[in-house]
Amino acid sequence: MPLTDSLRNDILAAVPSLRAFAISLSGNADRADDLVQETLLRALANIDSFQPGSNLPAWLFTILRNLFRSDYRKRRREVEDAEGNYAKTLKTQPSQNAHLEFEEFRTALEKLPQDQREALILVGASGFSYEDAASICGCAVGTIKSRVNRARSKLAALLYVDGAEDFGPDETVRAVIGGSGG
Amino acid sequence: MKDLKSQVSRSTTPGKGGLTPEIQSRIGHQLRAMYDDVVRQGVPDRFAELIKKLDAQGAAPQVENDAGSNDNNNGRD
Repeated sequence: MPLTDSLRNDILAAVPSLRAFAISLSGNADRADDLVQETLLRALANIDSFQPGSNLPAWLFTILRNLFRSDYRKRRREVEDAEGNYAKTLKTQPSQNAHLEFEEFRTALEKLPQDQREALILVGASGFSYEDAASICGCAVGTIKSRVNRARSKLAALLYVDGAEDFGPDETVRAVIGGSGG
Repeated sequence: MKDLKSQVSRSTTPGKGGLTPEIQSRIGHQLRAMYDDVVRQGVPDRFAELIKKLDAQGAAPQVENDAGSNDNNNGRD
């Protein structure tokens, strides 16, 4: 189908969320914008495969998520080199007193396994249903639910350590708390 | 895209994950604060222009070579 005005407007309207998703995934504003750009190029080049009336944001998020994952494998080593620098590259300027809290939260988020991080962001921040998040990630709804729950538990353990004993022994949590890099 | 709060609270079975509702809501709040901070920045010109340009080209599938070649559209609208 041709790119109608309304479809173009809908795509543009999804850009702010796509950027937020890309930054949350990659932790790097420049890379996030590159991801968004590539997502838009792919989306427009493949606009024929979009079914009118279906969930446009979910379609766009799926493209971005797949691009990020294929890119992530290639860039793994570079990312490790740049570890710790991602926060400095963020263009977003939260208010001064919230800044430290933001940093802490971003750092904790970055420590989650990628599967859990994306599930948590899609459901908890982007506001997708579990069903849409499952379709974006290409997995079962139950898998998304369990990833979201594990992501929350780990974030809680990382950020609010006083309650961490309640979560029970979980190797991954302990590894993350211990700062094990592999 | 809606119904976020009810979704979140439905998914929390206090005790099961060991998360108190208070911690749940703190995490949710921070997550959305971080996310919305970016959303509020709106659509950077770069993307509005990109879509306009591709639209004018009829969304030609020139996906590979887009970098560096056209920062300015000299002499074109």
